[in-house]
Amino acid sequence: MKKTGKTFIIKDDVIIRDTYTIAGSKEGQGPLKGRFDMVLDDDLWEEDTWEKCELKMQKTAVENLKNKNSLINENIDLLISGDLLNQITSSSFAARELELPYIGVYGACSTMTLTMGLGALIIDGGFAENVICVTSSHFCSAERQYRLPLEMGGQRHMSAQWTVTGSAAVWLSNSGKGPKIKHVTFGKIVDLGVKDANNMGAAMAPAAYDSLSRHLQDTGIDYDLIVTGDLGKVGKSIVNKMFDEDNKSIESKYDDCGTIIFDVNKQDVHAGGSGCGCSATVFGSFLYKKLLNNEIKKLLFTSTGALHSPTATLQGESIPGIAHCLGIEV
Amino acid sequence: MKYNKNNYKKVVDEFTPKNKILKNCLMAFIFGGTICLIGEIINDSFVGWLGISDDEASPMTSVVLVGLSAVLTGLGWYDKLGKIGGAGMVVPITGFANSVVSPALEYKREGFILGTAANIFKLAGPVLLFGYFSSFIVGLLSMLFK
Repeated sequence: MKKTGKTFIIKDDVIIRDTYTIAGSKEGQGPLKGRFDMVLDDDLWEEDTWEKCELKMQKTAVENLKNKNSLINENIDLLISGDLLNQITSSSFAARELELPYIGVYGACSTMTLTMGLGALIIDGGFAENVICVTSSHFCSAERQYRLPLEMGGQRHMSAQWTVTGSAAVWLSNSGKGPKIKHVTFGKIVDLGVKDANNMGAAMAPAAYDSLSRHLQDTGIDYDLIVTGDLGKVGKSIVNKMFDEDNKSIESKYDDCGTIIFDVNKQDVHAGGSGCGCSATVFGSFLYKKLLNNEIKKLLFTSTGALHSPTATLQGESIPGIAHCLGIEV
Repeated sequence: MKYNKNNYKKVVDEFTPKNKILKNCLMAFIFGGTICLIGEIINDSFVGWLGISDDEASPMTSVVLVGLSAVLTGLGWYDKLGKIGGAGMVVPITGFANSVVSPALEYKREGFILGTAANIFKLAGPVLLFGYFSSFIVGLLSMLFK
């Protein structure tokens, strides 16, 4: 492994062998309809709490990914996962039943590329052959932790985003065929003082711009597609503006998972989707298939996270943003 | 990065969609007004049909409205109405009932005492506190200046 600037170059092959995605019913009716491996009929999935439903999604995503590829635990070296809930409950409780060496991480909505980036470094360092990365989010469990009770009758702000109900598991390996992770740029915390918890896109956009511009400068690669995690309409517009001002417009090849997973004009999600499950399910169901089908050859995939704490917000703190980039090539 | 905490706010404001204040006010007027109209009908029915005195009919009307709001919250309809009616659904007494019943429902999975009971006034707590406090002040003033 080498470095260019602060970007890690993955020297040996780290191959994304397969993915498995589970989406909620609202997500399953959106623009990516028919692309997910599994779509839930309701938000409880025969469990008695939303939290149990979320950990069941993570567990099932990993189990079905293993079954799909005839993988057994003996061949998997590591499970890296994370989610939005306090004490990363869904991840740890799902791992309880998966019986794999487990690293739990917290990166808010940036978790998908955080886990995949860590997995890639561990494989490239020669410490593991097969790693499974998984993350999830659930609209109801996230709402009750971060905002208000679901049955509370009020209006959401127009800049607010809709937490995606979904989970995706990704299998990374040092052998086989598939798209390869070539570069990893971990983000710096960037906080430009946004305190509005209803405008996460604006809070995360500067971090996305910072990581993307550092990655593009470090690698000099001309990507076919650049995708951020969950900036939504607001954050996406800000990132475009920032690159335009540098005379390095990326608008023609740039999109955001928050505006891919939902039809923001028809599905009443205001500024778009968010949550760990947003970039995870869009990557697993849509972007990965584009790479497999050679529709794109070079993808810059960047999950974005608002490291927001309701307690800190009440104490007057602003929202720190982060974004981790993966340069993926066929 | 050329942006800092001072100049970034302008960019955020440029791209953040504005709330539709006029439409929201109109919907709040219609929804809030309708709830008040329903309240008046109930009140007049108590007085006119059942022969209950004005003083007694008023709290009874509140009880009926609170009950209706609790049922609508339980059925999952109140939040849908609240999304359209906005402040019109929050400000009347029905909104207060909704703010008590919604956490009660949400926290029942954490148990009756430490879940529902401990969290039932999570949203309505400040309203109760300031309500009690202001009635204490008003009571004190009326006693002093009687």
